[in-house]
Formats: sequence, structure tokens, C-alpha cells
Amino acid sequence: MKYVDEYRDGKLARGIAATIAREVRPDRPYRFMEFCGGHTHAIARYGLEDLLPENLRMIHGPGCPVCVLPVGRLNDAIKLARRPEVTLCTYADLMRVPGSDGMSLTKAKADGADIRMVYSTLDALRIAQEKPARQVVFFGIGFETTTPPSALAILQAKKLGLKNFSVFCNHVLTPAAIQAIVGAPEGASKVPLDGFVGPAHVSTVIGTRPYEHFAETYAKPVVIAGFEPLDVMQAILMLVRQVNDGRAMVENEYIRAVTQDGNLKAQETVAQVFELRDTFEWRGLGAVADSALRLRDAYAEFDAEKIFDVHTVAAQDNPACECGAILRGEKRPTDCKLFGTVCTPETPMGSCMVSSEGSCAAHWTYGRFRDSENRRAS
Amino acid sequence: MSAPRLRARKLDLKTGKVDLSHGAGGRAMAQLIGEIFAENFANDLLAQGNDQAVFSVPPGRLAMTTDGYVVSPLFFPGGNIGSLAVHGTVNDLAMAGARPLHLSASFILEEGFPLADLARIAESMGAAAREAGVKIVTGDTKVVERGKADGVFISTAGIGVVPDGLDLSGDKARPGDVILVSGTIGDHGVAIMSSRENLQFETQILSDSAALNGLVADMVAACGESLRLLRDPTRGGLAATLNEIARQSNIGVRIEEDALPVKPEVAAACELLGLDPLNVANEGKLIAFVAPEAAEKLLRVMREHPLGKDAAIIGACVDDPHHFVQMRTSFGGGRIVDWLSGEQLPRIC
Repeated sequence: MKYVDEYRDGKLARGIAATIAREVRPDRPYRFMEFCGGHTHAIARYGLEDLLPENLRMIHGPGCPVCVLPVGRLNDAIKLARRPEVTLCTYADLMRVPGSDGMSLTKAKADGADIRMVYSTLDALRIAQEKPARQVVFFGIGFETTTPPSALAILQAKKLGLKNFSVFCNHVLTPAAIQAIVGAPEGASKVPLDGFVGPAHVSTVIGTRPYEHFAETYAKPVVIAGFEPLDVMQAILMLVRQVNDGRAMVENEYIRAVTQDGNLKAQETVAQVFELRDTFEWRGLGAVADSALRLRDAYAEFDAEKIFDVHTVAAQDNPACECGAILRGEKRPTDCKLFGTVCTPETPMGSCMVSSEGSCAAHWTYGRFRDSENRRAS
Repeated sequence: MSAPRLRARKLDLKTGKVDLSHGAGGRAMAQLIGEIFAENFANDLLAQGNDQAVFSVPPGRLAMTTDGYVVSPLFFPGGNIGSLAVHGTVNDLAMAGARPLHLSASFILEEGFPLADLARIAESMGAAAREAGVKIVTGDTKVVERGKADGVFISTAGIGVVPDGLDLSGDKARPGDVILVSGTIGDHGVAIMSSRENLQFETQILSDSAALNGLVADMVAACGESLRLLRDPTRGGLAATLNEIARQSNIGVRIEEDALPVKPEVAAACELLGLDPLNVANEGKLIAFVAPEAAEKLLRVMREHPLGKDAAIIGACVDDPHHFVQMRTSFGGGRIVDWLSGEQLPRIC
């Protein structure tokens, strides 16, 4: 498969692995966080751990949109879906995420709520046009990659004069999350990190500049990388070299898609429709200032929060669930007592076990054989 | 005055629709069965017109199976719900090494379903049955109100005879056994999905839907005593089937990604749709577990059959109390090949 197989070439991978093994210093740890769930998935699916030296550890970051959505907001979406006049359109990943009281969108749908799984905001717009008697709400989640399509859908709805389409906006910002991690006060829950594998698709939109602050202020190297396994290997090598050289800068491995400035048209469109929220709750990171978007007043008629008077009530995760600490990189999936016992992809207790980009789901689905090897060895 | 004729006018197979009278037990039903089903399934047992088929069976152990078909869309590249219903049931019998004999077919039709489509489906079923060497010997027809079904649902059952001395079963794999697949994986699921999503590729992806009893007969004839088990990786794909067998046989499975036959267009479609070919359904493929010393011979025999020309050895069984199915990826790392969680492709068969 052209343009894909090149980035999954095992021979090249072994070459990079050998270089990494040769260049890492045996006397120090290398702790890199891959921010995005897309990278977490690639690392697990292609078994990258097997190709990396023992003193180099990949720490999974919070870049999984489904994972970081707090329970309170999910409860809001379920409540919206249960209104008799509402048709809720959502990406399929969200369907099985557990909300409060064991409720989920899947269960609400089985109870009779009108919930549709869509591939894009355009599907939701189409449903709104076809069903003028229904209030069609799009459950907007995700980072800078999924925000422009939500903005476009709102602009399109305005152009079409739709009176029955709205967006329940939960769009969040990547740099704010990275800031929350590197800027966290020193303490037990602060994860020591030597660098970041920076986002792939997000960076196509926002460019490389927003990361410069982390490299400069916190002396953390950032290498932006594509989601293919060779991209990740190459980025790890580039991070190792920065660490060894004592450099901390933003480097771009993903030059085939990412530029310094990103996609200006997308940025403009987003800025036209959305504005910063003062603060937003993240699962794992807690309340993070300036980390999320809401609709501008000019588009209030498409804002589900205003139309349906949504007031989010903070809700607790399952107390035994370690999703929060796992999303901060503080714990590994196997540190959670629920992992693989009561919490599996079939019966997820926490969000990290639902999305295929979640650390727990990725490790359970692709990597858990390593745990049994470890157990037998010990 | 002459006696009323049973069939005053022939069914309108161009613009006619199924209506509730076609399931009511009256003349309309008799006409539908006669002109569509009996016409296309024509065989001596069905022609007797009884509520059951009565026949004698050759010596050996009997194999019996049943399956329901609700695929959407009803017509897809490479087949339709009718041919699929025959192939699926024939294959379930063949996986026991059985020679399939007779099938039953039960139809649940939705009011308003075009008779032309029903006739096409019945025609495909008849052709698939003849090609597989089986007879559809008994059946049933029900009609439900519009909105209570989705066009047509078909339920088939089948019986076959397993030759004496052959005992294939999912619990018979043991460490060291070699695993073969009869051809490219994921074709059926991707054909369904791409017709549903209107995806266009340079070459159209066809479903692999086919009856495997001929291929199985050759395999049994050549290597019967070394065969442990056969299974067709339908829903859930190769991944689910390997996991089922690992659990049933109390073993682990190790496969090589590089050895898996996948058509480039199927791989491309999976990439686009975010699917893994290992989880995607097949309807004309089988996997075989065989004693290691017979593996090469079995591979040769399979490749000589048109339905096994792309057959490959993909891995082997190991001792593993966790029953893991593990794969060495093309990239070089190891990973688990897990059951699919949740729903990947609704209503693929």
C-alpha cells in the first residue's frame, strides 16, 4: 500500500532501533511522553516496546479526547439525549464510556433515547435537514483536529438557516494540557519527563510554534511526529539525540504534513466561531485554565449549552479507577487494581479502557502478554 | 363453468411487491412458493410438496447446523443474501469434514419487498446449492408488516455426513500444530462495508462468499488423518476464530503478520475505515490446524484447488496457559491479536 507501507517497514525500524540502542547512555533513564492517543495506539499495535532499550520508557499522555472528557460532561450529554425532542449525534467512541450510575450513551439508546453514531459533523447536519421536527445536537469533542469541522458545521447551519441544529461543545486545547503537565507543582504526582513526542494531526492545524514555549521555558525537547510506527521510532531517536546533546528545542519529524504556522484557514474558522472558556474540567488533570472552547455569543442559537440550559455538575469517577493518574502519566495501566479484572474493553470502568487510543485499552488489546511474561519471570 | 384455476395470473416479477397475503397460507402463498422457490430450488424432495422432507442417509455420523442471515445490504459485490445463506450453512457443515447433503430455508419477508429482488435471491440460492451439490429440501415463508423486518431475513439449516474415522473438533489443536489459511482475509467484510459507505477503489472488492466443501473434500482425502480441525473465520474474522480455538484447545497461538494473505485493496480499505483485516469477516475462507509433518503437503493440496490458491502457513500452536494469540508484526514487535470488543461492522451476514 503506497504511502503507508513505507512508514511501517520492519527493516528500517530495526535500523533505527539499532541506532537508538547504540546512542542511549546506559547510565541514565530516558522518559518520553507521547502526548497523543494515536501514538499510544501505534506503539502498542506495532509492538514498539520490543524495539526499545530497557532504560527508555514511553509514558502515555492525555491526548485521547474520549479519555479526558470528564464524567460530568458525559452525564450532560446523556441527559440531553434523553430529552424527547433531541436527537444526539456522536462519534461512536463515546457510546460505551461509563457515566454516573453505570449509565452510558449505549444504555440510554437501548432505553429509547434517539442517539445516532456519525462519522462527521456533516452527517449530523444532514440529519437536522432531514428531520426538521427534531432538535439535532452534535456532541462535539476532541482537540484542535476535530474543532474546525465543528466550526464549519455551525457556519453551514447558519448559512442554511437551520433552527434545529446545535453543538454541545467540549473541544479542548493541546498546549494547555501540556502546560498542565510540565507546569504542575513539584510533588508526588509530578511525572519526571525528558521530552515529548508531539502531536501529529493536531500540529497540522496549529503548527509547531505553540510548542516552543515548552522547549524554552521548561527545557523539554519536543519532536512532532506522525502516527505511523516509523515516525514514532524516528522521533524517539531525535529525542534521544536532543537529550544527549543537552538541547531542548522543537523539531519536526512530520514535515510531510506539519508546517511552522499550521493551517491558517482552519485557525481562522475556529476563531470566528469559538472563544476560550476561562476554565474547563479534564479527567486526570482537573480544572485547567484557558484549556477549552465555547461558542461565541454571535452563534448562541447553535450552542446546545444555552438552548438546553446545561449546567454541568462535577461527578466522581469510580474511586478505584486510576484513569486520572494514568492520564497524567503518573501510573501505568497495570498499576490499576481494576485493570484486566473487572475493567476490560467489554466492561470498561474508566474511559482509558474504552477508546482504542486510551492507554488501558491499547495495553490490554495489544500488550498484555508482556505482563504474564513478567509475572512468570518474577 | 370450469373449476377455478390455482394460478389465475402469474406473479408480477417486474413490479410486484410482497404483501401480507403471501404469508397467509392461502393461494397467494402457494403461488409465491411455487413460482419463486420451487422454481429455483427444483429437486425431487421439494417437489413432493410435503411439510417435511423424508430421505435416507448414507453411512457415517450426521452433522447438523443452523444459521440466520440478516446482511445489509441484501445485494453486495460478489453475492447476495441468498448465495450467502447457502454458502454459510454448507461451510459450517464442511468444517466438520462433513459432506453436506440437504438444507432447509426459512424466509421472513417484509411487506412491500420487491418480488423481483426475491426472485433474484432465490435464483442465487438455487445456483449456489447446485454448485455446492446440496438440495434445499424444505422451507417456510412468513410475511411481516412493513417496518417489522428489513426486506428479507433468511434462516437455513443443513445436514451432512462425516465419513467414518474423521473427527475434527475445535478442542483438538495441540502445541506444535501448524496453522494454515486458505486465502486472502477480510474480503467479505470490506466488500459489504465499501458498498455501504460507497467507497470506490481502483478494483472493486468482491465478497469471497463461496462453498468450501469441495476444497475440504480434497484436504480430507489427502491429509485427513493429520487434520485436527477446520473453521471458517466469519464474523469477528481470523482474530476471533484463533482466540476461540486457543481457548477450546487450551493452547496459545503464534502467527506472523508477514505471512497473512491480504489483498492490497482490502488493506487500503481497512486503513481508510480504521479496521484491522484480522477482525474483518470472511465467507469463503477456512483455517486449518494440522500436525506439523503434514503441513507442507496440506498447503500443496490446498493451493491446487481454486478456492485455496492463495493458501498460506500463518503460524503455529504453542503451550500457553493464558491462551494468548500473539503476532510478530511486520514492523518487528510483538502484539496480542485480541477478540474484537464492541461492534465493528453491524449485520455483515
